[in-house]
Amino acid sequence: MKDLHKSFGPLEVLKGVGLTAQNGDVVSLIGASGSGKSTFLRCINFLERPSQGRIIVAGEELLLQPRADGNLHPVDERQLERIRARLGMVFQSFNLWQHMTILQNVIEAPVHVLKLPKAEAIARAEALLQKVGLYDKKDQYPAFLSGGQQQRAAIARALCMEPKVMLFDEPTSALDPELVGEVLKVIRDLAQEGRTMILVTHEMKFARDVSSHVIFLHQGRIEEEGTPAQVFASPKSLRCKQFVARLHS
Amino acid sequence: MRWEWLPDYLPALAEGLLITLEVLVVSVVAGFALAIPLALAQVKGGYLARKLAGAYCSYIRGTPLLMQLYLLYYGIGSLFPLIPGARENLMWLIRLDAIYYVILAFTLSFAGYEAEIMRGAFLSVPGGELEAAEAMGMSPGLVLRRIWFPSAFLKVLPTLTGEVIGQLKSTPLAFTVPVQDLMGVAHKVMQDTYRIYEPLLFVALVYLALTYVIVQAFGRLERLVPQRRSV
Repeated sequence: MKDLHKSFGPLEVLKGVGLTAQNGDVVSLIGASGSGKSTFLRCINFLERPSQGRIIVAGEELLLQPRADGNLHPVDERQLERIRARLGMVFQSFNLWQHMTILQNVIEAPVHVLKLPKAEAIARAEALLQKVGLYDKKDQYPAFLSGGQQQRAAIARALCMEPKVMLFDEPTSALDPELVGEVLKVIRDLAQEGRTMILVTHEMKFARDVSSHVIFLHQGRIEEEGTPAQVFASPKSLRCKQFVARLHS
Repeated sequence: MRWEWLPDYLPALAEGLLITLEVLVVSVVAGFALAIPLALAQVKGGYLARKLAGAYCSYIRGTPLLMQLYLLYYGIGSLFPLIPGARENLMWLIRLDAIYYVILAFTLSFAGYEAEIMRGAFLSVPGGELEAAEAMGMSPGLVLRRIWFPSAFLKVLPTLTGEVIGQLKSTPLAFTVPVQDLMGVAHKVMQDTYRIYEPLLFVALVYLALTYVIVQAFGRLERLVPQRRSV
């Protein structure tokens, strides 16, 4: 069902990167800072406008047209909104809405975008908060939670939309080291449930454990890709070898 | 101190208080409603919208409210001879009670000040929170209504309290055009009875009470959402 691929032309940060994620795939994007992995992820739900390429989510292609600024723009904003609603995004800096409680954060989009009845959204949200271990914090405001708790709440918020694909943009990079584990555990559980996920991460060991497919980006190009075993144990490219070796030491 | 005038003038004072409240409430509500598009024009608008809204705010904040009021009240009437047919067709505008001009001037002024404050507040909402909303498929209107505006509004609440109090204390300007607001009635008492301190003391207490009510009401609003600690 889920078939995501896109390519870029002469864009500086991304020089033609594409990926396809099948149902249940966990794709990790790794690479040094500035390699374009976050930009690539943000192009998938169009938070970043690519200059060229195609985006297909669950068989539906996002209709795009080039504009004078050199970027692609959606032909139909409604279609973009519809496609975005099927993609759950988790950000490095959580981005919870500070003026709402955790529960309000989680039900906001299901109620106002998917038009889910409020009672149903609350039931769904409470089950998800239970799952990420935050049920007792549901009436708290985000600022009163730790970074790890905020990120778990943000994951519940994305899941409550029942997305086809989850996108994670360095979900643990802004966390104190002792809080990383609790967030990774939640993501690992999602992977084991067979959720389709695309994840940008610096946690190499984690990427190796949960991914079905790993992509190593270097200067806006795919330098190496394959199963975790291929990329981490026997990379063909020298740069990838160096990158992986540095992280092993 | 002599207060024997008070019972006779209480009805007039009550009427004056109502006028003051009418000017305050209408201008604050309508002015704030107008401030939102003015602020958005400056934050998100194109070149022309940005410049026009900016120029409007500069004019409002750069000139005295009394002058703006005079310009509307005396200025509009003096423009009429220049417009053919205006005397016949727009007479209703001239006959309009002075209070409408007061409310209009106060509304336009409040809008100018609040637009500037809301502009800053809109900009201070973290971009990531808006991005998260977009990423969930919210339309720009929904993002504004559910995320951007409420978040910005909560940030300006403490400032807004002071702004509304300031607006209250500007209302006596109404009595220069002339509208019998609370201050206008006090002035009439002074003229009629030759008492100076008592009427002034009386309205001072009323203004203080109103300020107290405003502070309490906004305080209650602010406590609805606990302030964010430094994260």
